[in-house]
Amino acid sequence: MGDAKLDLLQGTLDLMVLQTLAAMGEMHGYGIARRIEQVSGDEVLLNQGTIYAALVRLQQRGWIEAAWGASENNRRAKFYSITKRGRKQLAEDTAYWQRLAGVMGRVLAMSVEGEER
Amino acid sequence: MRSEGKRSKGSWMDSLRRAAARMGAFFHKEPMDRELEAEVTSHIEMATEENLRSGVSPEEARRRALVRFGGVEQAKEQQRESRGLPWLDTVLQDLRYTMRTLSRDRGFATVAILILALGIGANVVVFSVVNTILLRPLPFYDPSRLVWIAPADAKGLSESTYSVDAYEDLRLMNKSYEDVTGYFAFSTEDNYKLTGRGVPLPVTGIMVAGNFFHVLGVGPMLGRQFTPEESIKGGPSAAMLSYAFWQRQFGGDRSLVGKTIALDGKPVTVAGVLPESFDFGAAFSPGAKVDILTPLIMDDMRYNGNTIAIIARLKRGVAIEQSRAEANILFPQFYWGKKFPDSNHNYTAHPVFLKDYVSGKLRRSLVVLWSAVGLILLIVCVNLSNLLLARAAARSKEFALRSALGAGRGRLIRQLLTESLVLAGAGAALGLGLAYALLRYLAHQGSIALPLLSSVRLDGAALGWTVLIAVSTAVLFGLVPGMRASRTNVQEALKDGGHGTTEGRQHERLRTALVISEVALACVLLVGAGLLLRSFMRVLDVDLGFRPGTAAAVRVDYDDGRSTEKRTAILQNIAHRVGGLPGVDAVGFSDNLPLDRNRSWGPPRIKGKTYKPGELPSAFVYIISPGYLNAMGMRLRGRDFTWQDNDKSEGAVVLNESAAKGLWPGEDAVGKMAVMGKKDVRVIGVIADVRDTNVEGKSGWQMYLPMMQSDWGPDGATLVVRTKLPPQQLAGSVMRTLREINPNQPAVEFRPLQRLVDHAISPRQFFMMLVGVFAALGLVLASLGIYGVISYSVTRRTQEIGVRMALGASPGNVQMGVLSKTLRMAAVGIGVGAVVSIAVANLIASLLFGTTPTDPMTFIVMAVLLGAVAALAGYLPARKASRINPMVALRNE
Repeated sequence: MGDAKLDLLQGTLDLMVLQTLAAMGEMHGYGIARRIEQVSGDEVLLNQGTIYAALVRLQQRGWIEAAWGASENNRRAKFYSITKRGRKQLAEDTAYWQRLAGVMGRVLAMSVEGEER
Repeated sequence: MRSEGKRSKGSWMDSLRRAAARMGAFFHKEPMDRELEAEVTSHIEMATEENLRSGVSPEEARRRALVRFGGVEQAKEQQRESRGLPWLDTVLQDLRYTMRTLSRDRGFATVAILILALGIGANVVVFSVVNTILLRPLPFYDPSRLVWIAPADAKGLSESTYSVDAYEDLRLMNKSYEDVTGYFAFSTEDNYKLTGRGVPLPVTGIMVAGNFFHVLGVGPMLGRQFTPEESIKGGPSAAMLSYAFWQRQFGGDRSLVGKTIALDGKPVTVAGVLPESFDFGAAFSPGAKVDILTPLIMDDMRYNGNTIAIIARLKRGVAIEQSRAEANILFPQFYWGKKFPDSNHNYTAHPVFLKDYVSGKLRRSLVVLWSAVGLILLIVCVNLSNLLLARAAARSKEFALRSALGAGRGRLIRQLLTESLVLAGAGAALGLGLAYALLRYLAHQGSIALPLLSSVRLDGAALGWTVLIAVSTAVLFGLVPGMRASRTNVQEALKDGGHGTTEGRQHERLRTALVISEVALACVLLVGAGLLLRSFMRVLDVDLGFRPGTAAAVRVDYDDGRSTEKRTAILQNIAHRVGGLPGVDAVGFSDNLPLDRNRSWGPPRIKGKTYKPGELPSAFVYIISPGYLNAMGMRLRGRDFTWQDNDKSEGAVVLNESAAKGLWPGEDAVGKMAVMGKKDVRVIGVIADVRDTNVEGKSGWQMYLPMMQSDWGPDGATLVVRTKLPPQQLAGSVMRTLREINPNQPAVEFRPLQRLVDHAISPRQFFMMLVGVFAALGLVLASLGIYGVISYSVTRRTQEIGVRMALGASPGNVQMGVLSKTLRMAAVGIGVGAVVSIAVANLIASLLFGTTPTDPMTFIVMAVLLGAVAALAGYLPARKASRINPMVALRNE
């Protein structure tokens, strides 16, 4: 993995998973991982395996649920979908992230110019 | 910046839900692992399939899928960690590992747990005793406001009690107290008899002021308080039963309350039963059991002298200093008896907190005991550190391997701490068992005159203390070896034959230092115990002034109808009959016995001489019959009383040496005339001083007056029988004879006189025994430590010794080498210990009797004993070393 890739902040993966499920509907772990890779334009440093820790966390909180089903190629896979409480949480977290990103942007804008961020 | 960083109410609920789910996951590892496995497998298959579509070989497709996945096991572990309780998993893992290691090394585990159990058990016992006597408040309501009122340096009961008039004036005139109460301080054991139920049963009763329970804040468990009428002369009689007596004598019959029982043949209403927590004897008269409490009729006692022990409850916000200042003003105004206008100006008082009165004298002893047991715990820690260090040396390869396999330093220390915690936990559990048994035993030792001891038990505080010391010992003895072990040089340790490296030598130096400190600690304990033992021996050697062996006493019941003549006849008859029993050498009566209840009167004066008030000390008084001095084994100059020393003949008195010398310094008192009150008495004899109130103090003035003269009212009669037989063998025939003479004679105990002495010295014996046991324990532990270190060093040097023997060293040389190493180590420990001991001994100087803190004998014996034990502990490994076969040792290289 190259140095240029972004290290994921803790908790951000959870949010990405929630958003992915909210946008795409029911998906299995591999699908979610691929989707995040694609959307991020391969800019995120993500071992696909780490997604499973995020999935079990979200599931334990009741924000997503899972059920075994068959994949496109008729392979057995565990499918995850976002719950109602998950959507609520997603809305809250999204608002929070956007506020934070805005603040960070403003703060960092006053730093030394020309630095690569 | 976690998404859960900001918590709405909903997400808080969700966290709770997650915690529950984690717990669930912890218990459902296997199905969840299987599911995860399936999920991961299908993930990689899907990824492989997708890669195949881009046209690579199946192997390459799978390889790329795995690369993208990034460590299957790692991902699984990550998932497990976030779904379950990883810390608990680690703890359990550590525990399982510990159990495995310890069960592999059962000998070590057993020794360690035993040592810990002894150390922790001893600490819990002492803590419980200290807590009961010193720390815990008295079992009364708001006990911090209760004060004991007596003169500052009272000697004997009469000097620490007051007259009824003084007591009543104090109640009326004071401004410091909510209320003042008191009890009759001169009750004897078995002073009542419970009649109407076959053989009269002896009962011990105490008369208390009507407001006694009210002031202490103790309510009856059943029934009611005394009514005011019950404390008035001629009023109805009532009694409060102690819980133990109610249980023992009446089987806990609740219907007894309100009914009457017969005491001394008179009906008495049972007003109530006191709660189990109230034990009069435990607080006010250690070592005595009190069965009933009855209202004190003040008018009966008004002119009986100083009889009332006073307790008061301070008003809220009044400091004890204020009450002391008030006492200085008030007490000189009080009268011995108001009908004697010049009987004031005799009283002083210095109120102290009741708690200090009950246990203040024991504070120092208890602190010493606590320190001694703390030393034991330190020795235990040092010993276990040593054992663990030896083990750590043997296990250095194991640790090196684990750290090579990726166990962090923290993890290794945690593992070692888990081990020591498990050991300490097991030791604490066993120690608690030991402590429980010992405390039960102590609580039922009624003969030890320590206050509140009967209520000692394992309570919550003791359990808390156990946990505290178990954890701190575990940390203390586990940490040092843990730090060392985790610092092991991996390469060095993994290489075969890592022996003899600098690490090993450092290790041994540390262990030697530990053993030296252990020896020094044991030394301090031994010196302390030795000094206390010497003091105890000195106390046993004290000339009591009477010979307690082969004599016994029994309280005799008689009905003299207040006639001195009749009394004389009854007692003379008893003396004659009992004196004629086979095996009886001498008999006599006294109302009070030495080291038991005592009372004092104004002293005898020389006829014709006037004294300033307070010029002469008051004198202990004993009203006796002929033969008593002889039966007690007292040493008499002059003559004993005869039955003819009655009202028809001259007044007579026997003094002790202190009184005789005090009155007639430089002259022989025998034959001189003295005045007692208004009566002339001739000093017919002088006896050697008898220890009156305690064994260790000096004797006061004593006077012995004849029962046969009506000027002196005896306070009951105790028969003393001296015999050649063991006193208990005589109990049957003496009791039978007494009952023949008087069918009302209650079945009181036939008390060997030795018991009075034992009772008086029991606190010292108690402390001496405990410190002695601790010292013995310290000695054993220190010798174990020495043995461990020396035998380890012999094992480690097997090859070196082999080489030396191959080069011509004789077994004797080798043995001497090891032994002298041991003795050097012991000598350093003893030297350090002796220096520390001198300091410590000075701290306990006030607990010693007839022994100086630097008693050379004690120090010499301690040094010899420790040296001998060290030599023994070193001898076994030395012998082993001398038997090393050079060929075998070298071949093993």
